[in-house]
Amino acid sequence: MEAAAFYSFSILAIVSALFILFSKNLIYGAFALFLTFLGVAALYVLAGADFLAVTQIMVYVGGILVLMIFGIMLTQKANKDAVSTTPNRVEVLPSRELWGFITGTGLFVFLGYIILDSQFEMTGEIISSKSTIRTIGVELMTSHLLPFEIAAILLLVALIGAAYLALNRNPAQ
Amino acid sequence: MNTIPLEHFLLVAAALFSIGLAIAITKKHFIGMLLGIELMLNAVNINLIAFSRHDPEKLSGQLFALFVIVVAAAEVTIALAIIMRVYGHYKTVDPDQVDELKR
Repeated sequence: MEAAAFYSFSILAIVSALFILFSKNLIYGAFALFLTFLGVAALYVLAGADFLAVTQIMVYVGGILVLMIFGIMLTQKANKDAVSTTPNRVEVLPSRELWGFITGTGLFVFLGYIILDSQFEMTGEIISSKSTIRTIGVELMTSHLLPFEIAAILLLVALIGAAYLALNRNPAQ
Repeated sequence: MNTIPLEHFLLVAAALFSIGLAIAITKKHFIGMLLGIELMLNAVNINLIAFSRHDPEKLSGQLFALFVIVVAAAEVTIALAIIMRVYGHYKTVDPDQVDELKR
C-alpha cells in the first residue's frame, strides 16, 4: 500500500517534470510544476516529514508558484503580431535542446551509477510514525537558533530588496 | 511504515535533479530557467529528508531542508524582481539578447 503510493507519486512528479521540459508554453509548465510540487510533498510525507510537506505546499504552491505565474504574465512578448495565439511560447534552439538532453541524461546515469554502486550503512533506527513538529521546534529554538535568526534577517533583506528593485521607477532619470 | 528502501528516494531525486538541469539549460526564457532551478532545489530536499529518516532524535536533514526552502523563497523573489527590471529595460526575456557586456 505504501509502496504503491510512493511509486505513483514518484511517477506523477517525474512525468509532470518531463512535461515542463517538453512543453512550449510556459504557463502550462508552471501548472505542471504545481503537480510536481504536490508529488514531492507526498514523498516528504512518505519519508516521515509531515511538517516539511505542509511547509512545501504553503511556501511553494501558495507563494513561489503564484509569484512565477505573475512573472510570466507580466513579461509577455512585446510584439503581439506573430505570437497572438500562443503568447507564452518559448523558442528552443535544437542545439540547446541537444546539449540539455545530453547533460541531463549524462548526469542521471552518473548519479544512478553512484547511488546503485554505494552501500549506505545506516546506524540510527528508522523514524517512527509520531509527528516531527515537536522535535523541529525544540531543535530550532536550541541548537539551530543562530541559523534561524540568520534566516529571519535574510527574509527581511530579501523583502526590502525585492520591494526596492520592483519599484516602478524610471532608470533614465 | 517506511519499508521503501533509501535508494529509491535517491533515484527519484536524481531523476528530478537531472530534469531540472535540462530545463534550466534548454529554456530560452528567464522564468523557464527559474522553474528548472526550483525543481533542482526540491530534488536536493528529497535527498536530505530521505537521509533524515534515520535520525529521529535530531532531524538535522529536515532542518537543513527547511533552511533550503527559506533560501529558495528569498532567491525567487529577488530573481523575479531582477527579471522585471531587465524586462523593463531591454523589453525581452531571452537571456541571449541581454548581451550588452559582450559587445
